[in-house]
Amino acid sequence: MTPVLQARGLVKRYGHVTALDGADFDLMPGEVLAVIGDNGAGKTSLIKALTGALQPDEGEILLDGKPVRFRDPLEARKHGIETVYQDLAVAASLDIATNMFLGREVRKPGPLGTLFRMLDKKRMREESAKHMEDLKIGLRSLTQPVESLSGGQRQGVAVARAVAWASNVVVMDEPTAALGVKESGQVLDMIRRVRDRGTPVVLISHNMPHVFEIADRIHVQRLGRRVAQLKPADHNMAEVVAIMTGAMTVTDGKAVVADKGAAEAIGLS
Amino acid sequence: MAVMQATLPRRILSTPTAGPLAALVLACVFFAFKSDQFLTGGNFSLIIQQVMVVGTLAIGQTLIILTAGIDLSNGAIMAFGGIVMTKLAVENGLPPLLAIAAGLAVCAAFGLANGLLVMKINLPPFIVTLGMLNVVFALTHIYSQDQTVTNLPPEMTFLGQTFRVGGTNVTYGSLLTILLFLLFAYLLGQTAWGRHVYALGNSPEVARLTGIRTNRLIVGVYTVAGLVYGIAALLLVSRTGVGDPQAGQTDNLDSITAVVLGGTSLFGGRGTVLGTLIGALIVGVFRNGLQLMGVPSIYQTLITGILVILAVTVDQLSRRRTR
Repeated sequence: MTPVLQARGLVKRYGHVTALDGADFDLMPGEVLAVIGDNGAGKTSLIKALTGALQPDEGEILLDGKPVRFRDPLEARKHGIETVYQDLAVAASLDIATNMFLGREVRKPGPLGTLFRMLDKKRMREESAKHMEDLKIGLRSLTQPVESLSGGQRQGVAVARAVAWASNVVVMDEPTAALGVKESGQVLDMIRRVRDRGTPVVLISHNMPHVFEIADRIHVQRLGRRVAQLKPADHNMAEVVAIMTGAMTVTDGKAVVADKGAAEAIGLS
Repeated sequence: MAVMQATLPRRILSTPTAGPLAALVLACVFFAFKSDQFLTGGNFSLIIQQVMVVGTLAIGQTLIILTAGIDLSNGAIMAFGGIVMTKLAVENGLPPLLAIAAGLAVCAAFGLANGLLVMKINLPPFIVTLGMLNVVFALTHIYSQDQTVTNLPPEMTFLGQTFRVGGTNVTYGSLLTILLFLLFAYLLGQTAWGRHVYALGNSPEVARLTGIRTNRLIVGVYTVAGLVYGIAALLLVSRTGVGDPQAGQTDNLDSITAVVLGGTSLFGGRGTVLGTLIGALIVGVFRNGLQLMGVPSIYQTLITGILVILAVTVDQLSRRRTR
């Protein structure tokens, strides 16, 4: 099976700091892939490189097996890769339908649209309603400004927008970080529905219970590289954390203690 | 779950112009009781004439404030535009229409310069336009040598002419001002460009990440605002019949007053251009009504100041509630 999105040997340096040090990445069709790693492991740089927000110094990115280059986020989006940014998802004073179509507005047919550049608000509202319903996001009105919604509903709008436009991949950066328990549950349900529709999801998260609840596979990033690809069923949370921090390494699919002191400190030996 | 439309009363209450409109109506009712000359067609035509220059400047100001910017240079740019068009026509003998076009172009160019400085060097709009205010003010006095330009060709005062609507004289300038407000209400409310201006005012980073070309948008907004100031210059020239280097010195603050009274937030991203029209009319109605009541003009300034502080307080409180 060809990975949907793939990276080989990505390098990104900022002066003396090496954020990515030959990182690989593979996203398979129809899966939820969690990307985890300590602070400074290069998770964010990796994701930014994959979504066009930064340009790697070396290495290549392949979409459906074909090499691609994204000069900016817009180009990645044109290739069907949509990203939900943690705090930068929606324009607060604009309504839901406008947010769904921001930057991709639909104009009225005929001279009203071509000559007078008039927006087709009705059609955008109807299509937004359909997308929101697909993800079972219940909202009173699509004309209410996004700032009047709860945090979970706002995240819902951002996810619905990403899903509506993503033909290949949805990337979510810490989508539950700012949310309460119930709202996090709603977002996890949404991620499942997105996967069930056949769109693979890349989930960056610090939250191990969420990762174990939803991920089909886990990509562990450490010191600018991918150090392991795991299935949540094969490992417990403590082992995964140990791999993430370098206390254990993975050899032949088995977690092996690499740093005895560190492993004992977190109760593994 | 079903998605419903907001009910009509809720929609009216959540309309940002509802407050300013209520204030305008209440002020009109008050002055109608206080003076029997207030509620006449002639008086309303006069009010519109009195607010049309500041109102037009306030259209450009609204655009810039919606992007979370501010423009202190608009009155000065207008004064310079007025001098350029009148001097070119009267002293250099340029055909009047060409001179007008040159004045509009000069104003647009200053808007462009503001926009480029804000975008490229990422300077705060307050500082950029404060500097531009002084530069343009000085240029106006150097270029005009402090002389008022008189004996204008009729093309330049045409907008000051009147036509009759049901027994009331209305100037063509008033009509042009109303049409400009309607045009920008349409552009902001019904086109993608307008949506992008609001998104930019909400958060430049969100706008950029959704694929909006924010740099181009900022420069465009300032340039369009400059062009609108040029139209204000023509309105001013047609109303006063001269090119006056002293014109418009407090109009920058008056235009901000109109925008704020109209319910547009100084934090950007919230507000409407029709609100600004209402804001300009509130100032005009208060000045006119108090004058008819024989209140000294310094009290008009006092009341305008109190109204502005009230409007900003309401904006701040309503923001706190939605957060």
